[in-house]
Amino acid sequence: MNKNLSWKVIVTVAATLFFVVGIFGIPDSFSWQGVVSSLQKQIHLGLDLKGGTHLILQVKVNDAVNVDSDSAVETIKQGLRDRKVNYASVTKPDPTNSPEKIVIQGVSPNASSDVRSLVSDALPEYDASSGVDNSWTVAMKPQALKELKDRAVQQAIETIRNRIDSLGVSEPTVQEHGLGAYQILVELPDVNDPARVKEVMQSTAMLQVRQSFGGPYSSEQDALQQHGGVLPPDTVILQGRSIGTGGGSGEAWYLVSRVSAISGRDLRSADVSRSSDTGQPTVNFSLTGEGGQKFYNFTSQHVNDSLAVVLDNKVQEVANIEEPIRDQCEIKGNFSQEEAKDLALVLRSGALPAGINYLEERTVGPSLGADSIRHGVEATIVGMIAVLIFMLVYYRGAGVNADIALILNLIILLGSMGYLKGVLTLPGIAGVILTVGMGVDSNVLIFERIREELRNGKTPPSAVAQGFSHAWTAIFDTHVTTILSAAILFVFGTGPVKGFATTLTLGLLANLFTAVFVSRIIFDWVLSRKQRGEALSI
Amino acid sequence: MEFFHNPNIDFLGKKWYFIAFSLIFSISGLLSIFFWHGIPLGIDFRGGTVVQVKFASTPNDKEIRAAMDRAGLHDAKIQPLEPATSNEELIDLPIQETNEQALDRGKNIIISALQSNVPAGKQDLNNASALALQNYLLDKDPLHAGTNAKELYTAQAQAIVDYRDKVKDGLLSSLDELKGTVEPAVAASLPDGFFLSNFHVASVSIVGPQVGKQLKGQAVRAVLYSLLGMLIYLAFRFEWIYGVAAVVTVFHDTLITVGAFSLTNKDISLTVIAAILTLVGYSNNDTIVVFDRIRENLKLMRREKLSEIVNRSINQTLSRTVLTAGLTFLTVLALYLFGGEVLNGFSFALVIGILIGTYSSIAIAAPILVAYQDWRSQNGKTPGMSVAKAGKQSPEKTKV
Repeated sequence: MNKNLSWKVIVTVAATLFFVVGIFGIPDSFSWQGVVSSLQKQIHLGLDLKGGTHLILQVKVNDAVNVDSDSAVETIKQGLRDRKVNYASVTKPDPTNSPEKIVIQGVSPNASSDVRSLVSDALPEYDASSGVDNSWTVAMKPQALKELKDRAVQQAIETIRNRIDSLGVSEPTVQEHGLGAYQILVELPDVNDPARVKEVMQSTAMLQVRQSFGGPYSSEQDALQQHGGVLPPDTVILQGRSIGTGGGSGEAWYLVSRVSAISGRDLRSADVSRSSDTGQPTVNFSLTGEGGQKFYNFTSQHVNDSLAVVLDNKVQEVANIEEPIRDQCEIKGNFSQEEAKDLALVLRSGALPAGINYLEERTVGPSLGADSIRHGVEATIVGMIAVLIFMLVYYRGAGVNADIALILNLIILLGSMGYLKGVLTLPGIAGVILTVGMGVDSNVLIFERIREELRNGKTPPSAVAQGFSHAWTAIFDTHVTTILSAAILFVFGTGPVKGFATTLTLGLLANLFTAVFVSRIIFDWVLSRKQRGEALSI
Repeated sequence: MEFFHNPNIDFLGKKWYFIAFSLIFSISGLLSIFFWHGIPLGIDFRGGTVVQVKFASTPNDKEIRAAMDRAGLHDAKIQPLEPATSNEELIDLPIQETNEQALDRGKNIIISALQSNVPAGKQDLNNASALALQNYLLDKDPLHAGTNAKELYTAQAQAIVDYRDKVKDGLLSSLDELKGTVEPAVAASLPDGFFLSNFHVASVSIVGPQVGKQLKGQAVRAVLYSLLGMLIYLAFRFEWIYGVAAVVTVFHDTLITVGAFSLTNKDISLTVIAAILTLVGYSNNDTIVVFDRIRENLKLMRREKLSEIVNRSINQTLSRTVLTAGLTFLTVLALYLFGGEVLNGFSFALVIGILIGTYSSIAIAAPILVAYQDWRSQNGKTPGMSVAKAGKQSPEKTKV
């Protein structure tokens, strides 16, 4: 065996070992258990094989825009009052579809410079343009609007990731989905009952503490009537639990101030504890230094008044302010232990900048996943054995050559999946099977050409050389075109289809190595051991 | 061993048989698409809710439908799954029950409709996740674990779930079955918080209208880009007529495959589209091999009739074509027979596609070339395809 050939053999054997390590990793022990668990750690299974939930969420970015434009409305009103400009109204004509547009009505023409200076000084992200009938349209600049929406999505991703981590889900995926659609993809392995996780993810958790003026009332009309049919300035009626009526769990209405003394940003932490008198689960939250100061100021000014803890615009708790409070507050709420834990978790992770809707939900239970793995492996084994046997029968000695190349192909394919941390999905297993079928085509091309050359009277070494060199361009062509197809599938496909594109591509690339390089080495080795003129078994 | 030793079959002479064969399948497919089953779209594209449920005993379709009707779901499609012994059913709700304000409403109604006599405050152990079990055990703390409580209970919860799903196929019939899998104290603490229903939800797919539209768009773009890429590649390597012949062939293959789905009323999902794109690539490969040989022979056999040249080319590549098709078909058949329900549509598309794709390179692509040529010579234009262009490729071309 000449030196060149020995080097090639060494390279091949080294490559094989390298990829075997890619498949199995380095097991702690060489027992069956050790090897299997090492294999499981190396090969990442997709949700359709492991079991788990896949969710697509839509971030309602217009909510976030509305928050910004609401505060812009207040700024405009204050600014116009300061500049002593009269106006009829400042409203948002279409908060649902165009939350970034504000219309000022009834401004006299000689106040235009005031309006313009107000907007450019106090609202740099907005543009003002005058309209008909003494009206002005103040709208957010398109660039600023886009940035705000993108920021809302990024913040939502952070918050959701925090919440999922706190719930204890292992190896979740939270990332942006699609292009410019403000969607988030969430994958939760091993969670096949996503109800609680979805609740926790979706809760906006907007916490506020406001002054309470009256309640509980039995209905909105009742609340209004008690105050002479007109809401006092800067107040609003909110729904809430019925508190203080002997622990009943009905619904009631409260009159609270519109502005809140502290908000979620002032929260330092929140956790679960038990109420000292009832023994029920409660949620305690504590405030930051700055928040604590604000709260202290508020409570000192309102001793003997009531405060209301408002969560997501619903009154959760009403309490009397007996003395100034600096930094702790307790929410009792008829919570179960689990509800209290979830509320504390959600408060800790911060509020969602905008609401979310679920657009797609797919769950695969682990029993179905295990089933799919079994089917996939069965089909692969049957397919491989059929092809291996056929090659042996049809090409005899050369069939052994093809079979070795095929097995090596599989090892390289699975090994690369291990190293690249590729995700194996059920269509991915189908891709492995397809690689076997399409890969062996290369061997067929080469062997048919070798047979043709032998028929034309060439010697075995020459026939082998001709076979390989002539078949190469066809092999290259067919592989490139199929890999291009797979690339398109990878770009446009979702998870399982991406898995298929991955295994097909890796398998075909591996095949270029095994069907040409390795197969050639085996032929050369066989030829080197033959006498002159001895026939080649093909 | 050799199948084809110097074959000499007159393929082009048989072209009317081929055309008849293709027409029968294309037309029956088209008829089914327009008048019978239409194009059966899977949930990926039409949106909706599909819940796969495994029952403890043989399910009664009528009872299930009655339960759905009672719950207000009148358009539910109930379909038993193969094999019948697995006791699995698919419950399929149309898009009307699936809106993005409450995406999982349909699924929740199905689950509560199937549960009967739910004890208050208890979770269903047959459908609980390891996370829920783990949290329950952490709260209850039956083993009075200290600092390693989290690891201990995570392992116990996982053991319960693994036993239920991998050994018992997802359904436990009594809590006694857990003896031996977990600590006795853990098993004893379960009845307080869990009950056992008689069904296990194997999988859930809910696709809202927005995502359905997005996926449809993605599938269409993938198909268009593939076809475009093919056309450009072939125009680059050969002449434009070869490109046209190949595109017509691909349309033929896709039509017959989609027709087969329509005739058998199988759903077309995203993975089926992936299979169709794969077989487009495969059929393309096949067609290129034949075209390559035709072009080579055009240079060598300048004085022969075109139909003779094409016939000879097909015969020369026959061995390789049949072997490749046969081997790929073997593997795809293994997938169809052993690959399971989930991959059924995907493997069906590949089985049909490989057969039709191979057939069409011989029966459709080649005759189109000849027909175009005959049409050109009948109209008095210069006969013979542009040998000059064929000659511009390197002389040492692959003989396959």
